[in-house]
Formats: sequence, C-alpha cells, structure tokens
Amino acid sequence: MKKFFFIVITFILLVMAIATLPGCGQNRVVLNVFNWGDYIDRDLISKFEKETGIKVNYELYDTNESMLAKLETGGTYYDLIFPSDYVIEEMIAKGMLAKIDLSNIPNYQYIESRFKNLDYDPNNEYSVPYFWGTLGILYNTDMVTETVNSWDILWDEKYSGKILMLDSMRDTIGVALKKLGYSVNSTNTKEIEEAKNLLIQQKPIINGYYVDEIVDMMINGDAALALTWSGSAMDIYWQGIDNIQYAVPKEGANLWFDCMAIPANSQHKKEAEMFINFMLDPEHAYQNTESVGYATPNRAALELLKESSPEVVEMEAYYPSEEVLQRCEVFVDLGSVKEFYNLTWTQILAD
Amino acid sequence: MKNKSKYLAYPYVIWMAIFIVIPLVLVLYYSFTSGNIHDPGSLKFSVESYGKFFDSLYLNIIIKSFWLAFLSTVLCLLFGYPVAFIISRAKMKHRGLLLLFFLVPIWMNFLLRTYAWMAILSPNGFLNRVLEMIGLPTLAIMPGQKAVVLGMVYNFLPFMVLPIYTVLAKIDKNVLEAAMDLGANGLITFVRVILPQTIPGIVSGVTMVFMPAVSTFVISRLLGGGKELLIGNLIEQQFTVHRDWHFGSALSIILMVMILISMAVMSKVDAGNEQGGAALW
Repeated sequence: MKKFFFIVITFILLVMAIATLPGCGQNRVVLNVFNWGDYIDRDLISKFEKETGIKVNYELYDTNESMLAKLETGGTYYDLIFPSDYVIEEMIAKGMLAKIDLSNIPNYQYIESRFKNLDYDPNNEYSVPYFWGTLGILYNTDMVTETVNSWDILWDEKYSGKILMLDSMRDTIGVALKKLGYSVNSTNTKEIEEAKNLLIQQKPIINGYYVDEIVDMMINGDAALALTWSGSAMDIYWQGIDNIQYAVPKEGANLWFDCMAIPANSQHKKEAEMFINFMLDPEHAYQNTESVGYATPNRAALELLKESSPEVVEMEAYYPSEEVLQRCEVFVDLGSVKEFYNLTWTQILAD
Repeated sequence: MKNKSKYLAYPYVIWMAIFIVIPLVLVLYYSFTSGNIHDPGSLKFSVESYGKFFDSLYLNIIIKSFWLAFLSTVLCLLFGYPVAFIISRAKMKHRGLLLLFFLVPIWMNFLLRTYAWMAILSPNGFLNRVLEMIGLPTLAIMPGQKAVVLGMVYNFLPFMVLPIYTVLAKIDKNVLEAAMDLGANGLITFVRVILPQTIPGIVSGVTMVFMPAVSTFVISRLLGGGKELLIGNLIEQQFTVHRDWHFGSALSIILMVMILISMAVMSKVDAGNEQGGAALW
C-alpha cells in the first residue's frame, strides 16, 4: 500500500514538473512592477498578462523611503514604480528616472489637465498620475461626537490612548507644522523644533505610530482617531462600515499624487509604457479606483464611476472639494534639510 | 580517508566567507567611511559615524535596549528553569510530548505570533473583551514596554528551556541519590548538586535569549506601537528611512562589540564550572 502511494506521488510530481517546463522555454518578457501594498486590482494584472503575453513580476513596498532605499542600493531590475510627488522630484534630480515617451501612451489624453504640469514634474516627462488624495483624520463616530475639523483634536487629552499617528516622517511632522500654522515644507529649523516639541508633548496620549495596522485597529475599535490617507477611509467605506468617517482639518493638510514612473535602469521601457497605457484605459482605471479606493486622475474613469456610484464621487474622502484643496499643500523635496528632519524624527521616537 | 574528509568542510568555508565574513568586512568598511555610498570613489576614511553615537539621544536608546533585553532574559530564566526541570523529571514516555507542546508554537512564523499578541493585547482586543465580560477593569498593556517585554519572553523562552533541559536530562540519577543518602535534603541537593551542573545550560540559554532580545526591532515596533525605539529599530531606520548606511553600520558594529563583551563576561562565569559538562548548541 505504502509503495503504491509513493509511486502515485512520484508520478504526480513528474507530471507537474513536465507541465511547467514549456513556460521556461518560451523566453517571455518579464515586466518587474514595484508597487505599494493593496494598491492595484490584481485582476488587471492577469488581464494585462493575457492580452499582451508579457509576464508581470509584482513586488511590494510600504513607504516611499523604503522603495527609494532599495532602488538606490543598485542591483534592482524594476521596470515600473509608483513614487509620490516629492520623491519624483528627488529622483529626477538624481537622474534615477527614465523619460516616458507619451506617444506610446495614447490613453494619456484621459488624464485631467489639472494633474498635468505639476511642480514636481513640470513638463510631464517622467511621471504619469496614478492616484491622488489627501491626508486627514479618520474618526469613530461612536467615540467622537464633536465635529472633527481641526488637528487640535489629536492633542485632546479626552481621547488619551485612543489616537493613532502615522509612522511616516513627513506626514506626522507635517501635521504638527500645519497645526502651528506653518508650511508642511518648512525648512526653518526653529519651526521644525516647535513641531518636534508639539509631537513629544503629544506622545503620552497617543496609542502609537503605525502604517498598515491603522485600518484594522480603527475597525476593531482600538482607537477613536487616526491620522491617515484618504484612501483608507474609502477602504473602510467599501467594506460597508459606516461609523468611521474622514475629515480634512481646517488648518489644511497634505495633498499628494502617486504616479507611475520608469526607473532609469529599466530593461523593458517599451513594455512598461504598454502597462501604463493599459492602466489608463478608462475601463481599467475605473475598475482599479473602485477596487483600491483612491481617487483616479482619469477623467473618463471618473465619469464611469459617477454613473455607477454617484454617492462616492460626492464624498470628501474620495473626491475633495475645491475648497478643501485650497487649504492643502503638496510636499516638495527637502534637499539638504532632510538630515535635520531625520534627526528630529529620531528624537521624537526616542523621547 | 582522514585527508579526504577535510574537503567536506570546503563548502562550509566558502559559505562562511561569502555570507558572513565579506558582509562583516563591508559593514566595518562603511562604518569607518563617509560620503556617497553609491559612488565608491567618493568614500573617505572617517570616524564621524562613531562620533555621532556619543550623543545622549543614542546612548539612552542603547541603555533602554540593554535594560529591556536584560529584563526579558531574567524573566525567561525564572520561567524557563522550572519548566525545563519539570520536563526533565517527567516520565520518559511523556517527555517527548511535553517538549513537543513547547516547540510547536515555534513552527509558526515569529511575525505571525507577534501579530497574534497584538490582537490579544490591543485596547479593544481579546484580553480586554474577556475582562470586560466578567466585569473586571480592562488593562492598558499594549502598546508599551510591558507588552514589548512580554513579546520577548514569549518568543525567546524556548531558547532558554531547551539548553537547560538538555543539561538537566544528562544529570545522572545516581548522583542525586548519593546526595540524598549522604544527608542532603531536596533544597541542598538542588543548590549544591543540580544547579552547578546546569550552569553551562544556563549560560547558553542566557546568550541565546539576550542576543535576539537586544537587537529585535519587530517586537518593539509592533507591541510598542512604534513608540519604543530600540537599537534594532534605530539601525533599521538608518537603512530604510534615513538612508545613512555609514551611521547604520557604525551602530551595528557598536552593538556587536557590546554583545561580544557581554558574551565574554558570560563565558568567564562558564569557565569556573568546567566540570559541568559539554557546552550546548
């Protein structure tokens, strides 16, 4: 009996091994995509593979800084990355991005004009907008009954132990700067010191600094308030939970754009451009924005979303009004002041 | 035959060279240079990174890391020794099963187990819900140092129990009987006969718990809510956030030297008990 099983198992393994062999022989082009976690509808990747015959190797990162750290080390082979505004600026300056040939991307026409020619890439040479959104406060309406319209609430001792901050240097320091009435891009060391003291003063009453854990902790009722990006709110909304809301404080916040870009050392630039074009197709961009939850810069996809779920386009978390956008600032690369921010961030965490 | 068997060690030597010696040399090199890491030509000798370390900011982080690791090691020893003792005194046929119960959790990934503790200890987590249900006040353990120490003790306890168990199991029953016959009571037998013989096990247990505890960054990040910055987190941040390889390397070397010193001290303790039996692991 035992012998019989061994023969069967050996046979199955042999068949499996042979079945996978033809895949090796064909020499298919492999496109290496490096993206944030939970930031694409995976069905679209399969569809792209099926339509083009290109194999997609998909890898993940969690912050702009860790992506940059990995790319800077060298020896990477990524063909497509999804950096944010201020990082694009830094990467262009360091010659880390390849120029994108827009004539290969006819679907670029669907990008709303207000997402073109932005400061971080003034001539649209290196990046194509993917998603955009704001930074704001997520709050549980069962625990927070007052109106949430100011960053001050994150310093309110009433919510001691029930506040989550972002384990992301620029965002968390940016909020303290905004609360003090300064710019999120402040390079004035006195202002940054003030922001630091404000965050150290806040530390005893917060639960902690997190990134990926925030949504789960909010849903679980572990916290009342959380600093986070707009898409997290939409993620919660699509899960059908209605006691968690999102607000962008009156002092203003960060407005951000995540883009598709091609690293300078990419071996498959043409295929990467095909992928960008594929993602910009109105149907695909619509499917993606609905699945991921972040706002699309694609005009035609937005029209489709307006037809299928008009209430979503009305939501501040998905599509902030012009009035909200007026209050927001886009991050810029800090250049040499970055070191000072790094030190400040360590001092805050170590205190 | 003797000469041929020597060749069998070559793959291991090559392995050591590629994955241990070369990386260590690189870490040492980066720690003593400054400049742009991606342009090897621009690197210059410098002790700047080591100088940076002598700032109360970083010294406090290292003191805290050693203190928490020390605390976890002591707790592991206090909990681990009795457990090892009980298992080694159990009937032969039960021993395997008892050890298995102790080892099964380590088969699961360490990260998953730490996430599980988050779900148990979080403000609205399993523990607090149970406490609420039976009408007791809730606890605010996580995030905080208590949760970090708990996570360390939980994760590293098997590394304390196993070496001590191995030594205990090797103690000859006749020796214990002889002690009893010569008039020693249970306590004296333990203190004067059993304990001295288990010191090598304790030493390797302490080293194996202390080293991962002092350099951990995952436990402190998850259970400390990112508020408890330890030396491990500081090193990780130099590479993933701040992109300062020189300082990150210098910190790693400093940590390594401090661990080596503590191990040297431990082996001094061990040397005084040569008769205790072979070293473990």
